[in-house]
Parts: sequence; C-alpha cells; structure tokens
Amino acid sequence: MSALERSDAPEIILRAEKMTRVFPGTVALEDVDFDVYERSVNVLIGENGAGKSTLMRILAGVDQATSGRIVMGGEEVRFSSVLDAAKKGIGIVFQELNLCPNLTVTENIFLGRDMTMGGVHIDMPRQRERARELLARLEHDIDPDTLVDDLRIGEQQIVEIAKALADDARVLIMDEPTSALSASEVEVLFRVIAELKKSGVAIIYISHRLEELVRIGDYFTVLRDGHFQASAPKGEATIPWIIRQMLGTSEFAKRQQREVKVGEPVLSVRNLKLPRVGGGYLVDDVGVDFRAGEIVGIYGLLGAGRSELFESLFGLRADARGTVTINGKSIDQLPVSKRIAAGLFLVPEDRQRDGLVQNLTVGKNLSLASLAKVTKLFTVQNGAERKAIDALFRSLRIKAPSPETPITSLSGGNQQKVVIGKSLMTEPRVLLLDEPTRGIDIGAKEEVFRTMRELADQGLAVVFATSDLKEVHAVSDRVLVMSQGRITADLPDHEATDEVIVRASTKGHAAPAHDHPVQDQ
Amino acid sequence: MTNTVATPAAEAPKGQSTLLLLLLKLRTFIALIAVVVFFSLMAPNFVTVANAVIVSKHVAINAFLAIGMTFVILTGGIDLSVGAIVGLVGMVAGALVLYGIPLEMFGVVIYPNVWEVIGIALLVGTFVGLINGLLITRMQVAPFIATLGMLYVARGTALLMSGGSTFPNLIGKPEFGNQGFPALGSGTILGIPLSIWLLLVVACIAAYVATKTPFGRQIYAVGGNERAATLSGVSVNRVKLAVYMISGFCAAIAGLVVASQLVASHPASGETFEMNAIAAAVLGGTSLSGGRGTIGGTIVGAFVIGVLSDGLVMMGVSEFWQMVIKGVVIVGAVILDQMQRRIARNARLG
Repeated sequence: MSALERSDAPEIILRAEKMTRVFPGTVALEDVDFDVYERSVNVLIGENGAGKSTLMRILAGVDQATSGRIVMGGEEVRFSSVLDAAKKGIGIVFQELNLCPNLTVTENIFLGRDMTMGGVHIDMPRQRERARELLARLEHDIDPDTLVDDLRIGEQQIVEIAKALADDARVLIMDEPTSALSASEVEVLFRVIAELKKSGVAIIYISHRLEELVRIGDYFTVLRDGHFQASAPKGEATIPWIIRQMLGTSEFAKRQQREVKVGEPVLSVRNLKLPRVGGGYLVDDVGVDFRAGEIVGIYGLLGAGRSELFESLFGLRADARGTVTINGKSIDQLPVSKRIAAGLFLVPEDRQRDGLVQNLTVGKNLSLASLAKVTKLFTVQNGAERKAIDALFRSLRIKAPSPETPITSLSGGNQQKVVIGKSLMTEPRVLLLDEPTRGIDIGAKEEVFRTMRELADQGLAVVFATSDLKEVHAVSDRVLVMSQGRITADLPDHEATDEVIVRASTKGHAAPAHDHPVQDQ
Repeated sequence: MTNTVATPAAEAPKGQSTLLLLLLKLRTFIALIAVVVFFSLMAPNFVTVANAVIVSKHVAINAFLAIGMTFVILTGGIDLSVGAIVGLVGMVAGALVLYGIPLEMFGVVIYPNVWEVIGIALLVGTFVGLINGLLITRMQVAPFIATLGMLYVARGTALLMSGGSTFPNLIGKPEFGNQGFPALGSGTILGIPLSIWLLLVVACIAAYVATKTPFGRQIYAVGGNERAATLSGVSVNRVKLAVYMISGFCAAIAGLVVASQLVASHPASGETFEMNAIAAAVLGGTSLSGGRGTIGGTIVGAFVIGVLSDGLVMMGVSEFWQMVIKGVVIVGAVILDQMQRRIARNARLG
C-alpha cells in the first residue's frame, strides 16, 4: 500500500471521452469521461446499473459505444472485438467466470490465441510452459493440465487473470475480481496487483467492497445512473465520500406505512447451508425467523447468496442442509409441491423464464399453480376457476382488458402482478420475492410495493431480495444484509442507515451479526 | 435427515472411489472386451480372422458416421440427416457411374472416372452439411429440426433420382474409362479391406483435428461454454458451420463405401443409420450436452455396437431381442456416465 512513486506522477495511458451507449429503451452510459493512469489502480465505483460494466465492456471490445472516443497513447483507437482489444494491450477479467469447464487450464488460457506450428498444430509444450510461467507470476501452483471444472472458484479466477495477461496486457480490467475469492486468495490477488503495477500495467478495478477499494485504489471515479459523478485521487476518497457520491440524496419512493402489528414467526430457518461446487458455501449457516405481517428486505450484492437462500428454502436446491419450519412444521427434504401446500411460495427473479408461461392467457397463468383447488373428478371446474381468477384480477388491479388477454401483451409491472397473483391463489403464508421490481418502471414499482404491503397487512410474511438500497427503505419493516452467503446484519428499518447496510454488504468474513432477529418496536 | 449439517455423500474411502472412477472411465473399453469374450465363448466361429474382417467392415460404416456425429455433438448439436446422406450420396455415385453427366445442349454424355465420381459424391455430402449448418447458424433453426428436415429432403431426393428403384451393377465400362468403383468396398491391402484402411486414416485425422488443432479446441469450447468461447474471440457460427460440413463429408464416405460394397445403390440405404451413429458416440462417452467426448471413445463405441449385433446374429438370437438388448446397452451406458460424473463431483465437493 505504498504511496505512488514519488519521482514522477503517472501519466494517462488511456482516456475514454464522452462515452455514450444507448440500448433500446435506456441510456446505459451518457457522456462519461474516464482516465486511466499507468502504474496505478484505477477504481471505478457505482451502484448496480450505474454503467460500470457497460463502460468496461466497451473498453474491452465486447461492446461498441454509440458515440464517444477512446484515446490511447495520443491516438484514437477502436476495438472491434475482444481479441482486437487484447492485441492492443487491453485485457479483461469478467465479473462472471467465462471459462470452459471441460477444457484444461492451459487450453482455456490460450483459447482463441493458440500458439501453433504452421497455424495447424497446437504447440502444447510451449503453451504449457507459458501457462506455468503466468501462473507462477500469479503465485499459484496450479497444474496447467487440470480441468477447469476441477478447480476451486478462486483458482478459476486466477486462471481468468492469467488468460487476460497472456497477451501482455498494458491495461488490465478487473470486474469484481474478489467476489468469489477467500480472504487469503484476496491477499494473493492484491500482491499480484502490486506486482503488475510495478511492471507498468494500468489496472482498472471494479468492486463493491469499499474497504478493499480504499486500500488498493490510486484513482477513484464514481458513476451514477450512467453519468460521471465525481473523481478523486487516493487520500481524498474516503469511504463516507464514496458512499455519498454513489448514492446521492435523492429519495426514491414514499414509504408504505404498516397498519398491522407484527405477529408470530411463521417461517423459521436454522443452520441452513448450501455447499458450492468447488468448495465453500453459497448459503453459509443462515438462521433467521420471518414473522406474520412483516416485510423483510434482504439486501446484498451480486452473488451474496440471496437467490440461493430463496431457492434452498423453496426446495430447488437438493444439496441444501438445515432446518426449515413453517408454523413449527418441518418442511426440509420436502419437494416443492409439498412446500407450496405448507404455505410457502417463491416469486422468481426471472419472471420471463421462471414465472410465466408465455403462451397462456393472464387468467390461465394466474390459476396455473392452484389447479388442484378448482379440480373435481380430474376436471378443471371452469366456473370455480373463473371465479378465483376474477377475484384476483380485480384485487391486484391488473391493467389488462380481461383475464383472456395474452400474458405477453402486458407491461412488465403488470406481468409481475400476475406472477404474484399466481402465488396468492395458492394461499401462501410466506411469500418470497426475488428482485420483484427488476425491469419495471418507477410507477409500477410503487404498485408492486403497495401490493406487498397489503399482503403483509393481511397477515402474510413477505420477504423480498433486492440490490437497490432505495428499495430496501421504501417498504421493509426489517432489513437483512447478506454477504458471502451469510447474514451480516439484521436490523429494524429505522436503524438501517445506508452506511450500515453498505458496510455490512461488503463484509468479507465476519460472523453473522445476530442469530436472532432484533425486536422491532 | 432433518437437522444437522451433514456433508453430502462421498464419505467413502478415497482409494475405493478413485478405482471405481477409473473403471467407470474405461467402461466402454471394458464393455468391448466383455462382449468379445462373451461371444467367443458362446459363438464357435466368432474369433476367426474371417469373422473379424466382416465385423470390422460393418463397424467401419457406422464409425464414419459416428466420427462426424461426434464433432457435431461436441458443439452441443445433433445431425439426424446422416443416414439420408448415405442414401443420397450412393444414388449420386450410382447415377454417375451408370449414366454419366448428360449435357443435352451438346448432345454428349460425360462419364467421370472413379476418382471424379468419388470427388463429386463427397462434395454432395459436404454441401448437404453446409445447408444444415446455414440453417442452424443463419436461420437460428434448432439443430434437431434443421437436420430432421434435411433427413426427409435428402431421402426424398434420393428416391426421386430413380423413382425408388435400385441402380444395379455399378462396375462401369472399359469404353467409358469409369471402371473400378467396387474396389472401394471389396478391395484389400495386405489382406485388410480398403474401407478399414480408410477408417484408420479418417479416424486419425479426426482425432488429430479434435485434439491438436486450434479448430478442435474451439469445438470443445463452443460445446463447453458458448459465451466464454465468444468472449475469447472464437467465431462460434463458423465452428458450427464447419462441424455440420464435416458430418456431411463423413456421411458421404459411408455412402460411397456402402454403394461400393453392394455394387449397387439403393435409395433407402442408410435408413436409421443416424441412430446407430448417435448410439456409438454416446456409448463412447460423448455428452449430448456438448463439450465432452473423444474420437477414440466413439470408435470403441462403434465397435461395441458392431460386435454386439454381429455376435447376436451368430448366436442365433432373434432380431427382436437384438433390438431390446441394444436399447438396454445404450441407456445403461448413459446411466454409467451419470454415475461417473456424480462420483467425480462428490469427490470434489468432499
């Protein structure tokens, strides 16, 4: 963590000017300037959806900017593909691992850039040698002939970095490189970064872990909602500064007031663990109670284990172990259908893929999970089905001409209401919603939140996962924060300030903050 | 098991599971040895040179198809049209030998020599594969559907060429200079049939391409993780196009060998061959989801199927029972494959 080389200030090696990227319907990036200094760690910060990844994808040649220019060494450059960018000295380590599990370490490192004899015969000994060198530089003694599938996640990350370095990158982009690493692996990575800096490589570093950023960053740039927000050198950028720049002060939505008192615990979870392929846990020893009439918001960064927790509770993960009870009745080891019957329902994150049947009408989607309730003698009773559908259609205020409308003609917000409605017909006692507002506009979000509040008032336990801080405050009575598969904070909403939540969500390996829920007064 | 945190399975001693893993990995080979030993005990004339040659000739035809099929399956695709290509290519070759290429405007007929016949026939097969590949990469038709459609188109075309009848006596005429076509099927070098030499050459090239060339690497990458391949600069569509062309080419070789062995081409020949080819690849450890499998494994798989069916015939087992047994073997192979993966995965988790 030594300060910058005092002798001469690092120069700008790459400059992105007025970068704009328009996607159909949204502007992901607007007029963003970004300077990359040589021999430095250039940190890029912003909330989910702030445009960090879009900017990096453009710099790495994965995507092209709608307008704006990239200047490298005084000349304007264009990257037509990842390979093109790599040839010009830009390497990238993607947020999600992008390796072929069925190939070996060496094969993955040189995929698309094989060392050959005569363009035909792959020179395996030379590749293996070079792979060994690269891995040695990264202080990892991984056998280059191991299948990537057999590596731990942290080791796979190292292979990704080796792959990015294979072309002698001068600029190395790392998009959340530590999200999958253990504490000791992070230390190694930081040593590697220091080494790379010394050898002249400029590093662009994206992470949500603020402690990590202030520790290794040299230059800080903050994006917010696709715009440049602020920048500062090391020293000026403190954690409070970063949080302030990242979040701003704008309010998101009116808080939905609760009317009914919180009741007894309905869903209780103890010692829930879900092992990860390659070692470690996706859900790590979670113990928590969810009570009737209460809305609990679970905040966490990408990969914190929120979806995995929900899937484990709902019985979609066969490897999950632990005790889960609804009203005192154990439901672990039960199949999904039995858990639904016990009163649990999950509204999935990807409603297009998991939540709706695209070729059915609104009404048929609503009744899909509860056909047994309206079936007599193996026949769906049209009258009964119709009555149940109409009741829901009205109470949820679904904006569609009639229940016979095709589901695809509805807006995102109304589709989401149908997914929620479908779950309501099963008469659940606990409703789990994974990112219920993903991809719907602000007005529709308020509608969804209002629905959630009404359900809680009717005595349901409502639990939702989100990666948007403002959403957490908009509707939760209680806030849980997850990090690395653990619950790192469990607070009543009025105690959960932004700073507390953000800190808890980046906590690497702390013990769970509370085993028992804090009483909500 | 209600509460407590039990580590999932894989508590068995480590040495035992590695031995089991090794046995499971070599299962196709073990199966081959098992069927050979079984039939040599049960069928008196099974282990003779003459019989070995006959079995190998049968195996070769399936093996050509299975090699091409393996390339396709490695990318996560499937090619159902190969059997129909066998029929079509045979008819093309037959027509060229018997009737040549009539150029009506000049009132002449050109009779290509045997090499030219073979060249044109191979081009036809590759071209059918090209159409498959274009449908799949350009038109985004699912491989199963695209090649199923091609199955019917190619078979129908083959039937149309002769109105459904056979082209007999493909021996050529000295005055046309197109003799020699039957040699491909019946000729021998050092007492070993030409088709087996040919299989050896094709298998070696295929294994080399799959394991030693950038293209081969890209095939595995596409099947393993298409997105990762794209982000590594692999042109996924080009790779897919190429594997269907390879499959068509391999099917054309099989078509030529079949027509040459029979010294006749029948439009219905090659029916259901695609199923045998898929079975050989799967038996040899190729995963239908792509990315896993070897040419060597596929060849061994083809031998297991060939030895099994010929051996059962020699034992006098009824054709109906043969089908039942073949089905059980194929599904059993996949179950063993799943077992191997589960054990390997648990070993890693534990």
